[in-house]
Amino acid sequence: MINNNYKINYTNVILRMLLYFFLSVFVLYYLLPLFVMVTTSLKSLEEIRTGSLVALPRNITFEAWGTAWSSACTGIQCEGLKPYFWNSILIAIPAVFISTLIGALNGYVVAQWRFKGANIIFALMLFGCFIPFQVVLLPMARVLGLMDLAGSIIGLIFVHVIYGIGFTTLFFRNYYVNIPSELVKAAKMDGATFLRIFWSIFLPLSLPIIVVTIIWQFTQIWNDFLFGVSFSEAGTQPITVALNNIVNSTTGVKEYNVDMAAAIIAAMPTLLVYIFAGKYFIRGLTAGSVKG
Amino acid sequence: MSSILKIKDVNKKFGKISVLNDININIDKGDFLVLVGPSGCGKSTLLNCIAGLEKINGGEIFINNKDMSEVAPKDRDIAMVFQSYALYPTMTVEKNITFGMKVRGTSEEIQKEKLNEVAKQLQIESLLKRKPGQLSGGQRQRVAMGRALVRNPKLFLFDEPLSNLDAKLRVEMRTEIKRLHYDLGASMVYVTHDQIEAMTLATKIVVMKDGFIQQIGTPAEIYNYPENIFVADFMGSPPMNLINATAQKEKDYYKINIKMEDGSISTLKEKNKSKLPHELIIGIRPENITENGLKNKQSSQVISSNIDIIEPAGSDTFVMTKLGNTEVTARFHSETKVKVGSKVNLLIDLDKASYFDPNSGQRI
Repeated sequence: MINNNYKINYTNVILRMLLYFFLSVFVLYYLLPLFVMVTTSLKSLEEIRTGSLVALPRNITFEAWGTAWSSACTGIQCEGLKPYFWNSILIAIPAVFISTLIGALNGYVVAQWRFKGANIIFALMLFGCFIPFQVVLLPMARVLGLMDLAGSIIGLIFVHVIYGIGFTTLFFRNYYVNIPSELVKAAKMDGATFLRIFWSIFLPLSLPIIVVTIIWQFTQIWNDFLFGVSFSEAGTQPITVALNNIVNSTTGVKEYNVDMAAAIIAAMPTLLVYIFAGKYFIRGLTAGSVKG
Repeated sequence: MSSILKIKDVNKKFGKISVLNDININIDKGDFLVLVGPSGCGKSTLLNCIAGLEKINGGEIFINNKDMSEVAPKDRDIAMVFQSYALYPTMTVEKNITFGMKVRGTSEEIQKEKLNEVAKQLQIESLLKRKPGQLSGGQRQRVAMGRALVRNPKLFLFDEPLSNLDAKLRVEMRTEIKRLHYDLGASMVYVTHDQIEAMTLATKIVVMKDGFIQQIGTPAEIYNYPENIFVADFMGSPPMNLINATAQKEKDYYKINIKMEDGSISTLKEKNKSKLPHELIIGIRPENITENGLKNKQSSQVISSNIDIIEPAGSDTFVMTKLGNTEVTARFHSETKVKVGSKVNLLIDLDKASYFDPNSGQRI
């Protein structure tokens, strides 16, 4: 008996070690690019040229970060990422807020106020999630033109809201569908209206799914390049477009340290959102299924 | 007495499926009406129609003599308690109870006054600051009732309010609801699938099946004079015994012939009925089939049969045997000495028997 137990433990230990070994390999594999980016951004150009790619910086310098932020050239202008960072914020925050709110309302209606054709409308919205961006570029450009929003920040907000509604509706609908319909009935008996029930009863319940939706939408909108490059003009480009321009428009020596710093700056907000709200993301995604 | 709820020719369809057919019910002020039936019989739908949460496809609903068919739920002067309690999860007990008043714009003072009144009545004063998630099932139930009580409505609606509670608590809350009904003199409509709840609570019972009313009556009427086989079988626990038999006209009585397990025929005398068909079903409650020799009534007659199973239930012992090819339950004294497999003399009281037509299932 005892021997047998030892045997089992022994194989367990080996399996565990193998598991950790592979996990470590994967961790290194995924962290390597980030490591290279961070170290390169802290090196001087001189050091990059002479040293090894994976070596730690000998003299840490933040010069490249400063350049990337405020003086790197995107085409003919040389003001760094700063103005475009603000553009992205101006686009992302209202677009996230509006699409989340509309998604919450949509989800509330589709899940709790069943009407004829509700399923079809929901299915169509879902379908909207799967339309490739490229398909709508031309029609969207035409619509934006007709609305006199072409090239404006508001136009980009509009596009992102429209594109986000499919996903946000799906999130909220799946969350609200698990809430017993008797809650709505009880509130109706209490005399609450459609919006009052939403505001006083459903929204306070929705924190986990709001967090999920915000993370999702923020990541999508912040990282978007195609819409940004298609529907913006000189002053309204988001940071992803500017990053591309910085990297592609250097003349003479390629400033890898500036490119790396710029890339990290561009990725920072989504990274922070994940770091601070990531645990809510997982919790929110599973909350609906756990609730009875 | 004035009518508080009148349901007239109400029909309800979900698409092509008819879930309520020509429902007519009338109750007076202070009545406790219980809608009872198996799941899918339409009782909850009917309650939702009364509440205004479902639109009716035909007929009229009067509450306090006012036609409410087109009136919104909040304006019907009713309150409802739900099966899942439907407490607002993010609000404290206090906010749950006052939410309705807040929506209606009642002044804070009156809100507070009514809240305290109801909290005292239901003994939930110590829970007011808690959220529903921190309450036990019974406490949630009380809060849900508090939310209804605080409105002081013309009519209370209960949708299977006790079915989520454990057996012990259910009996306690049942008594409490009955006491509440007595104390307030309120009119109530109560939906349940539990026939014991129906019997204990109601002043008037409506038995439903497949969207049709089977019988309306007081608990005693329903229990003693079931209109058809369905009601006879559904109400009562254990249910009424339904025994196939034939009737034979004699001079001043009917001879009821029951086929026994061994093929022989036992006969009973029925003196009360003036007209019976040849083939019929006799319905006899278990308590009217007893052990011979304990308390013989004059109307009782004896049949001898084999015992199949004995089920002691504490206060009584239920004995199963076969009469007329069907399993029959008899109710014996708990101290009975009978044994499985032995023959026993069953004392049958036909005074309380019901007779049904085997084809239509209707009472004769």
